[in-house]
Amino acid sequence: MNSAAFVVIAILTLAAALAAASLPKLIHAALSFAVAFIGIAAFFFLLGAEFVGLVQVFVYVGAVAVLIVFTILLTRRDVQDTGKPNRGGAIIAIAVFGGLLWAILKTSALSIAAPQIEALTVKRIGGVLMTDYVWPLQCVGVLLTAALIGALILVMEDRNEG
Amino acid sequence: MSGSLDQIFIRIKQLLLAPVAGAPDWLMQITSALINIFALLGIFLTLFALISVLERKILGRMQNRYGPNRVGPFGLFQPVADGIKMLIKEDIVPARADKVVHFLAPILIAATAILALGVIPYGRNMTPFSIDGGILFFFAVGSTTELAVFMAGWGSNNKFSMLGAMRAIAQMISYELPLIITTFPVVMVVGALSPDAIVAAQNGYWFGVVPHWFVTTPWGAAAFILFFVSGLVESNRTPFDVPEGESEIVAGHMTEYSGFKYATFFMAEYIGMFAISGLAVTLFLGGWHAPIRGLEFIPSYVWFFVKLSILLFIYIWARGTLPRTRIDQIMNFAWKFMLPMAFTCIIAAAVWHYAGRGVAGWFWSLAVLGVVYIALSILLDTRKKFATRTYRFAE
Repeated sequence: MNSAAFVVIAILTLAAALAAASLPKLIHAALSFAVAFIGIAAFFFLLGAEFVGLVQVFVYVGAVAVLIVFTILLTRRDVQDTGKPNRGGAIIAIAVFGGLLWAILKTSALSIAAPQIEALTVKRIGGVLMTDYVWPLQCVGVLLTAALIGALILVMEDRNEG
Repeated sequence: MSGSLDQIFIRIKQLLLAPVAGAPDWLMQITSALINIFALLGIFLTLFALISVLERKILGRMQNRYGPNRVGPFGLFQPVADGIKMLIKEDIVPARADKVVHFLAPILIAATAILALGVIPYGRNMTPFSIDGGILFFFAVGSTTELAVFMAGWGSNNKFSMLGAMRAIAQMISYELPLIITTFPVVMVVGALSPDAIVAAQNGYWFGVVPHWFVTTPWGAAAFILFFVSGLVESNRTPFDVPEGESEIVAGHMTEYSGFKYATFFMAEYIGMFAISGLAVTLFLGGWHAPIRGLEFIPSYVWFFVKLSILLFIYIWARGTLPRTRIDQIMNFAWKFMLPMAFTCIIAAAVWHYAGRGVAGWFWSLAVLGVVYIALSILLDTRKKFATRTYRFAE
């Protein structure tokens, strides 16, 4: 059951990712990118990491995909990519993929049996975030707040000039 | 007797599952899931048909006219007639539209709306899709609605559609923040993200009379009101229906949809309304718990649907009485009032918790909320003085 689901999800995710890289219309590419995000979330579900999967949908589909779509909409409308596929980009992508594959196959991590881990419940993530990783959490909070305030200041300056 | 009536749907499901009892595990899971899905769809599509006719009836009553009263007794078969009409209408797709995106948008919007229904506990042991992070699932699924609305607006290749979609996304993103933040105090107080645990935590009565629902605490009442208003915006209902303001932009992102696709949007809007009201019942109104100890013999799902109906009636009531707000008013309200108040609810809940969750905590959290509310209303200057009215007469 699980391996069948894995194959189906993998095919869907890869197809969506390929579509995102090759579709001529940018909006179509962005929307298939969102499908690829959902596929990755499905992988997390399959691995039992429910929380990570939900956050993946929440952040990437709900926020990042909408952001990408809006960026395309507000900057360039109806731009059709009619040129030939970028050969240099493909070569670089294959090189990076080959390098990663080589590195993964070379590491000893594959030969070691995975240790049994406790189920990744929301409660456990919350506990760890609030105890061991409380400083990184606070730093991220400060960073995001600064980004939010910065964005607001940019918008406000714009309004004063105009 | 009451116990067996309470669990009657669980029994029926077990009976339906009995023929595949010896089957492998995955077959059992799929059959069980299919039964849940069909039950959910059956109940909520019937409720949708009922509410669509009741809404027109109630609006008619409020506007001093008859509602639909031709088809069937009291016009109750109106949705059947509407459905047939929608099905046989021509499906028009604009020539310059993006065909695929235009076609997929109503499907995606209906799918996400229906998915969100899955995690709500409808009665004792009656959660169709019971997962640990149910509340998170609800919002994760709900956040993809924005993408669907965008697809509808962009795929139609129409200025009205695009404007409507932009408005819809702007207000949905703005109100998603207070919507999610007002669930935080409940999640914090219960200590779990699962709707079942949240309902279980609201069992019992203060002093044996007042139910243990979170709406009976000051932070819960404030969060409930904020949640309800945000829910109104999220489901694009009057007074926050600018995305489809008929007088300005035809029908917003649904302008270029006709026939059954339009009906799908309509259905998704109502299903979204049921889902958000169901979550409000779960979070603040005690889920399927009875309001008075003596009434506990009435099955749990009856209580859930009674509470749901009351909330739905308030939705219709608001539509019948309030005028449409402007988009800038909606946005200002979200960022300047709703968001600070939502954060205050978290602090008030923390105060309530550390003051011992008793009477003292009740008054302390009320004080916190009151101070912030008054401060906000002074800062935002809501008591604006109206200019003295001047009259101009024709000479």
